[in-house]
Amino acid sequence: MTRETFLNVILFAILPVTALAAFALDEPFIITLATKAAILALAGVGLNIALGLGGLVSFGHAAFFGLGGYAMGILASHAQSYTPLMETPFLIEGTKSMLVIWGVAIIAAALAALAIGALSLRTTGVYFIMITLAFGQMLYYFAISWPAYGGEDGLSIYIRNDFPGLNTLDPIQFFAIAFGVLAIVLFGAGRLAKAPFGLALSAARQNAERVETVGLTPFRIRLVAFVISGAVTGLAGALFADLNRFVSPTMFSWHTSGEIMIFVILGGVGRLFGPVAGAALFILLEHTLGGISEFWQVYLGLLLLGVVLFARGGLIGTIAGREVAHD
Amino acid sequence: MTDPLLKLSDLNKSFGALKATDNVSLTLMPGEIHALIGPNGAGKSTLIKQVAGGLRSDSGTVEFAGRDVTPLGTVARARAGLGRTFQISSLAMEYTVLQNTVLGALGHDGAVMRFFRPVMKDRALVDRGMAALERVGLADQAAKRTADLSHGQRRLLEVAVALTLDPKVFLMDEPMAGLGASGSKRLTGFLDDLRAQAPILLVEHDMDAVFALADRISVLVYGQVIATGTADEIKRDAAVREAYLGAEDAA
Repeated sequence: MTRETFLNVILFAILPVTALAAFALDEPFIITLATKAAILALAGVGLNIALGLGGLVSFGHAAFFGLGGYAMGILASHAQSYTPLMETPFLIEGTKSMLVIWGVAIIAAALAALAIGALSLRTTGVYFIMITLAFGQMLYYFAISWPAYGGEDGLSIYIRNDFPGLNTLDPIQFFAIAFGVLAIVLFGAGRLAKAPFGLALSAARQNAERVETVGLTPFRIRLVAFVISGAVTGLAGALFADLNRFVSPTMFSWHTSGEIMIFVILGGVGRLFGPVAGAALFILLEHTLGGISEFWQVYLGLLLLGVVLFARGGLIGTIAGREVAHD
Repeated sequence: MTDPLLKLSDLNKSFGALKATDNVSLTLMPGEIHALIGPNGAGKSTLIKQVAGGLRSDSGTVEFAGRDVTPLGTVARARAGLGRTFQISSLAMEYTVLQNTVLGALGHDGAVMRFFRPVMKDRALVDRGMAALERVGLADQAAKRTADLSHGQRRLLEVAVALTLDPKVFLMDEPMAGLGASGSKRLTGFLDDLRAQAPILLVEHDMDAVFALADRISVLVYGQVIATGTADEIKRDAAVREAYLGAEDAA
């Protein structure tokens, strides 16, 4: 077992161990924190596919996170007010089914990523960052100015959505759902990185000319990666909205894009468990430092500065060393 | 007479007032090594890019295996069977040596939209990548990180990646550059055999290699082909001596 594998096992165990300990000690708030970390990690795992593997520095992943959130908010709000989403040309009703909501969130985010990616992947470097940021902000202002779904105030959902066989309002059960989704996506992302697609995607980051010369199109590979990336972050958005039973335009804001990026950078860009480490650390800091000072983000900024200057591989890179090329 | 595999007709390319490629026409016949020589700045690299598809020609056509590929880009020309190596090694540096050739095999295979099965456990791709490494003598370096290879080994890996594509034509931009005498001699022997598999359009500064290998040589000066012929013809050509070899004699 390599050092990174060992570290990954620990990182994988941290959240459920924390949640179960909190359950035993009857500390539901801690369970909720662990749930939040799992969901934010999921958003980071999504971004990491584009940013880590593909080298696509998207500063607009809040767009997908927010779309996932609003997919949940819109469907559930119609269900709780017993009004159909639309009646013509055919009837679409709201739903409280988590599985249906996830499906809608994934599809909505994937379609948005397809459109945003098709336009922004024609640029590189700082232009790509700026264009993805612009798309995120467009959706942010759109959400603010759309009164039907709460505008600036957002949407409140009174009861968490349903999952077959589970009581989603019980913190530990909802944690199990969120962590289960994270585990499945981590497994899939790990496979993707080692699959033919991952080899080509990472090669396109290292040397696009090389990829073209062997007859593969970097643009197409990157676009598919961007769509998968957006879909995963969209799923995280739906879960995040369900956790809070609330969705607001903040989910679309560039702060959110920045935070998702921070999870990835703190944990280790391109490392499978990087976002898990990053999100867990972020929540830990928010919870501990946030209690000391409301300006806790100053310390987060210092930490981030330290990572970027001295520990490029993030938390995982610092502990486990340079990534071994996969065999 | 057989048809040429690669046929450049009246290619032109200007950068502002500079005519980098001036009405260049040349052919590459099956089984031959056609060397392209010329002093620095003669436009060899520009011409290579026009053939490979990275640079659009102002006018003229590139025909490949009887098909006009002029409007096609790099990817489509590679898929059509053009195997290119770069003057400055262009490899995925974070990858192992084997991963680079497996990437080539994947390109040859074309089935990149596979998301689940590990690529390095795909027997067909790995075998193909490994076979190419064996041919250039890099098999024992397969697990090494490409960034840790010596300059000469990277040159060989460039050739190995091109081999995985099983191209109809090789387009090699100074494969000997910086190889040293023994490495250069080995690669010369290798290319000598390779022409039977697919013809090579070879840009090379190493004159020993060029005269030993080339069936035909074209001399490019200021973007124009001033002479095409066998090694002996080129050595005797007055214009070439004046423009190119003469400069070396004087030195």
